[in-house]
Order: sequence, then structure tokens, then C-alpha cells
Amino acid sequence: MTDLLLEATTSHMETVYCMPQALSAQPTHYCPGCTHGVAHRLLAEALDELNMRERAILVAPVGCAVFAYQYFEIDGCEAPHGRAPAMATGLKRVQPDRIVITYQGDGDLASIGAGEILHAAARGEPITVIFINNAIYGMTGGQMAPTSLSGQRTTSSPFGRVGEPLRMSELLAVLPQTAYIVRRSLHNPAHIRKAKKAILTALKAQEAGLGFSMVELLSSCPTNWGLSPAEALEWIEKHMLPVFPVGDYKVAEAVKEL
Amino acid sequence: MSRELLKGNVAIAEAALRAGMYAYFGYPITPQTELLEHLARRMPELGRVFLQAESEVAAINMVYGAACAGVRTMTSSSSPGISLMQEGLSYIAASDLPCVVVDVMRGGPGLGNILPSQADYFQVTRSAGHGDYHPIVLAPASVQEAVDLTVLAFDLADQYRHLVILAADGLIGQMMEPAELPPMRDLPAERPAYALTGAKGRPPRRIASFYLQAEAEEAYNLQIQARLARIRQNEQRSAEYFTDDAQFLVVGYGTVGRIALSAVRQLRAAGVPVGLFRPITLYPFPEARLRALAERVAGILVVEMNAGQMLEDVRLAVLERAPVHFYGRMGGAVPMPEEIVGALRQLLPTEVLS
Ligand SMILES: Cc1ncc(C[n+]2csc(CCOP(=O)(O)OP(=O)(O)O)c2C)c(N)n1
Ligand code: SF4
Ligand SMILES: [Mg+2]
Repeated sequence: MTDLLLEATTSHMETVYCMPQALSAQPTHYCPGCTHGVAHRLLAEALDELNMRERAILVAPVGCAVFAYQYFEIDGCEAPHGRAPAMATGLKRVQPDRIVITYQGDGDLASIGAGEILHAAARGEPITVIFINNAIYGMTGGQMAPTSLSGQRTTSSPFGRVGEPLRMSELLAVLPQTAYIVRRSLHNPAHIRKAKKAILTALKAQEAGLGFSMVELLSSCPTNWGLSPAEALEWIEKHMLPVFPVGDYKVAEAVKEL
Repeated sequence: MSRELLKGNVAIAEAALRAGMYAYFGYPITPQTELLEHLARRMPELGRVFLQAESEVAAINMVYGAACAGVRTMTSSSSPGISLMQEGLSYIAASDLPCVVVDVMRGGPGLGNILPSQADYFQVTRSAGHGDYHPIVLAPASVQEAVDLTVLAFDLADQYRHLVILAADGLIGQMMEPAELPPMRDLPAERPAYALTGAKGRPPRRIASFYLQAEAEEAYNLQIQARLARIRQNEQRSAEYFTDDAQFLVVGYGTVGRIALSAVRQLRAAGVPVGLFRPITLYPFPEARLRALAERVAGILVVEMNAGQMLEDVRLAVLERAPVHFYGRMGGAVPMPEEIVGALRQLLPTEVLS
């Protein structure tokens, strides 16, 4: 009787949620409430859905995501601080049929690596960049980033940041050889779904050889913002969104047709 | 194969691609620019990768990426550009990856000038990036040797999975000499077992340069040290001239080695028993052979186009076996054979001179 019952139930069961194949089983070291983990999951799901897991190579940054190359069940390496786009260029140029992805924080991409990202984008290097903008240097304990908001207090701007943040998506979108540059946010499920779609489009643009693609993701750092996880998500909405509007900054014609 | 008249930089470039270099990334700087320019034409002709990077910082990291993908890869530069590459060199070394870097040394410090120099000896043998390691460093004294050592550089890099620097000075890069190029090698059909090619039908491969735990990082350092010990054991290379019966020894590498040979020949013609020891590997320094020679000579003169950098390695090799003296020129000044003869005449004991 019980057996029959069990059979009946299982046959109607459907998997609605599971670990993406492209994520490794390893627990991550991210703080509770940090959206780095959400970004990882979205990228892994996208790789699975596009059947790219076995041809993808991830270049991890220096920053809180330094271990990202271990968190994905794909080939990966870890670049010097800011140099991921240059390493990705080397990886991609010698094997153009592979999918090469960099995953970079805002200090990594917009400060020390500003030269490398700018030139990779200017060359139209067909790589995909996942850009985690949390307006702070997470790993080193909360110093000012080039994306820190005007007036934002950090451990290295204790009286509030003087100056304006660098808006990388806006900056790179003017380069003619970029294919797809968008900003999304990870502060609530609706935005997270849109972020996932953008990652899918960026990867498809790379696969089609259309040029440089970047998805900027507004991300939380509850630890260094000194907020609870829930407050941190509110902080993104309230303080980051007005300065870093989500939107499509560059969608090349060929990408629209994908 | 026949000999042709070749400029050093061009010869190195052509030798590199014939040795199987699949990807080159570089940034213009005198006196090595012809190397980059030659490859700008030749690599696309062969369907291989040539890219002018936005900086030496980017160039070395592109090399890092290509090395991760398991192809033979190279960059070239001159002194200030090599300074900029140090971070990348250290990461590459820490990732056990092979690659070749050509340094056509020029006068420094600072921007310096574009004239020949050997002032990067410390930079290439000691401080090519942070951390405990040394690249293998090869120092050619002629265009032909530059060609041969370029091929050797790729082979040693692969054999040890280690960084190899070809340290040529501006004279070697700029001069034209007859040389024979190596035959064109086929590219390997397969990538090495560490290459990041996509985890198709196999577990993922990962390349990184760090361990957070002291024990793991130390264990890894010990592996590098073991590799360096093997390199020191097997790869010391040098050339000798008139050393059989020499009572006084000149030590010089690269261009200086060749100028010193003229000086030694002049003195030999006058019946003075001097010899020349020319290191070909700067790391590993050919200490075993030099030490043996030091047992039998009355003194040693080290000549360099710097303020005395290899001098330290000579002293460490020789210890108290023989007095070690130094003659150097700096800032792009090249010593003439007569200067070396003059320096030797002042040092030679009267019984050797007469
Ligand atoms: C050359 C170099 N300079 C500085 C550092 C120290 N460092 C490590 S992570 C980091 C900042 C990372 O911030 P971000 O890129 O915003 O990443 P997050 O941790 O916020 O995700 C810095 C400055 C380093 N490792 N290497
Ligand atoms: S420090 Fe900030 S960015 Fe880093 S893991 Fe913690 S919450 Fe995330
Ligand atoms: Mg950050």
C-alpha cells in the first residue's frame, strides 16, 4: 500500500529548483545577505540553459569573488587585480570558439583595471563581463571604490566621499565595438529575473561573435555597508538605483536580432 | 638551411614563431620594436595570434591567459616595460605556466635611454616580480645565439613549466649578422593536461596563484624551490675561451662577453695567459664551472654594462678562491676592447704579464 502511494506521489513530482550543473558543490565564503552568491547562481543557470558549461572558462578577479574560479563547475583561473579582461583576451584569442567570462568587482574593474576593461571593450573583444558593483571595496574591509556614491562614508572616506562615482556602463557604451552593455540590479526577485535574462543575452552575443558584452549588477555588501541583509537590499533601491539607473546602455542591432 | 643577414630583433621574432609560438602580445618600445613589427606581419600570415596590447601590464596578462590555454606564447619589451610586467610575471610563475619573455635591455634607471645596457640583471634574475622564485634567464652574445636560445627558451619553459626570460641587450637586438634560422616546427596537435579548454567530458581545471593557509602556501613554495633546484642542477650553461691554461679570467655575458673576447685575444697575441668565461644562463648562474676555474687562476675581472650586478653571483660562486675585480660602463656606454685590456693590465700580477 505504502509503496504504491509513494510511487503515485513521485510520478507526479517535478523538479522545480535544483543546483545548476555549472555551480560546484562547494559552499561559498560570502557573507550572509551578500548578492555575490545570487550573481553566481544566475551565471551558472545561464551557462546550463545555453549548454555552455563544457566550453566556458571563467576568469575570477581579486576581490571578494577571488574564489569564484572554484565555485563554478567549469574551467577557471584567477587574474591579478584588475587584469581579468587582459587574461580573458589571451584565453579567447587562442580559442575563439570557447566562451570566456570575467567576473569582476568595482574596485577591480573600474579602478585598478580601468585600462584593461576600457581597451578590451574598445577592441570589441568577444568576452562577457559580469560586473559586480557594490560601491565599495568588500574584500579589503570597506574602503572607497570609484563607484562609491557622493558623500558615502567608507573606512577610507570617513567624512563622506568627495566627488562623483564612475558610471562604467555609460562610459563603455559609447565605444563602437561594444555589443551589449546593460545595468541590472539584484535587490529583489523581479530585478533578479531581469538580470538573468541579461546574462543570457550577453552570453548569446558572445557565442554569436558580436563583440564585447557586459552586465553590470548592483549588488549588496551588508558587511561593509554596516547594514542587515534586508536593509542592504533597501539601500540598493534607495541610494544606488538613482545614481546607477538600470537599463540598456548599448544593444547592438545584431544583438536585438538574437 | 642557409645563413642570412638578420637583425637581432627580427631573428628572435622569426625563431620564436618557428619554435611554435602561437600567440604574441606586446607593446612598442625601443630597442625591441622590430621584434613586434616582424610578428605583426608574420603571425597573421600563419593564422596565429598577434595583438598589440594597450600596455605592458596588459601584454603580460594576455600572455598569462594564452599560457592558461596551453599554447606557446611570448611577449617582448625593454627595461621599463619589463618593470611594468613584474606583477604578471609573478602570477605566471606562481601558476606553474610556461612562457617566454624577451628583454632587450636599455640604459636606465628611469626612462633611461635606448642604448644597450645590462642594468636589468637584477631585475630579470632576482626581482622579476614579488615572491620567492627566479625565472630561467638566457643571455645571447650574437644573433645566431639569440636564435638558438629563443628556441631553447620555449623548450625549457615547457619542460619545467616555468618562466624563461631571454635577456638580450640593445646591441644584440639592433645589430645585423649572418645567422641560420631553425626549421619551422609543427604546432603540437594537443594541448597540455593543465590547459583551460572547457571542461568537456572531464572535471574542471583550475589555475590560480594562491593558497590562503600558510602550510599550503609553504608546501607550494617548496615545490617551486624543488623545481629551481632541478633547474640549477641541469641547466647551467656557459662558454669558455682560452681557459685551459689561463692564469687570469675575465667574466662577461652577452655583448660584453664578445667585446671581452677581443680583449682576451689581444692579450693572448702578446703572450699574456688570460681566458674568458661567458655565462649563457644568468639563472641558473653557471657557478659550478666558474668555481672550478677559480681554483686555478690568480684573479678574476668581471665586466658588465652596469654598476656590478652579475658581480654578486660571481663573488658567491668564487668565494675566497680568487680575488674578484670589476670594470663596468653604464647608461648605454659600451666598453671598448682596449678599455678591458687596460683594466686587465692594471690587475695582472707582474709574473702573468711578463
Ligand atoms: C595589486 C593589488 N592591489 C591591491 C590589492 C588589495 N585588494 C584586494 S581586493 C581589493 C578590492 C576589491 O574590491 P572590489 O573589486 O570592489 O571587489 P569586492 O570585494 O567589493 O567584491 C583590493 C584593493 C591586491 N590584491 N592587489
Ligand atoms: S564583504 Fe561584502 S562583498 Fe564581500 S562577501 Fe561580504 S558582503 Fe559580500
Ligand atoms: Mg566592490
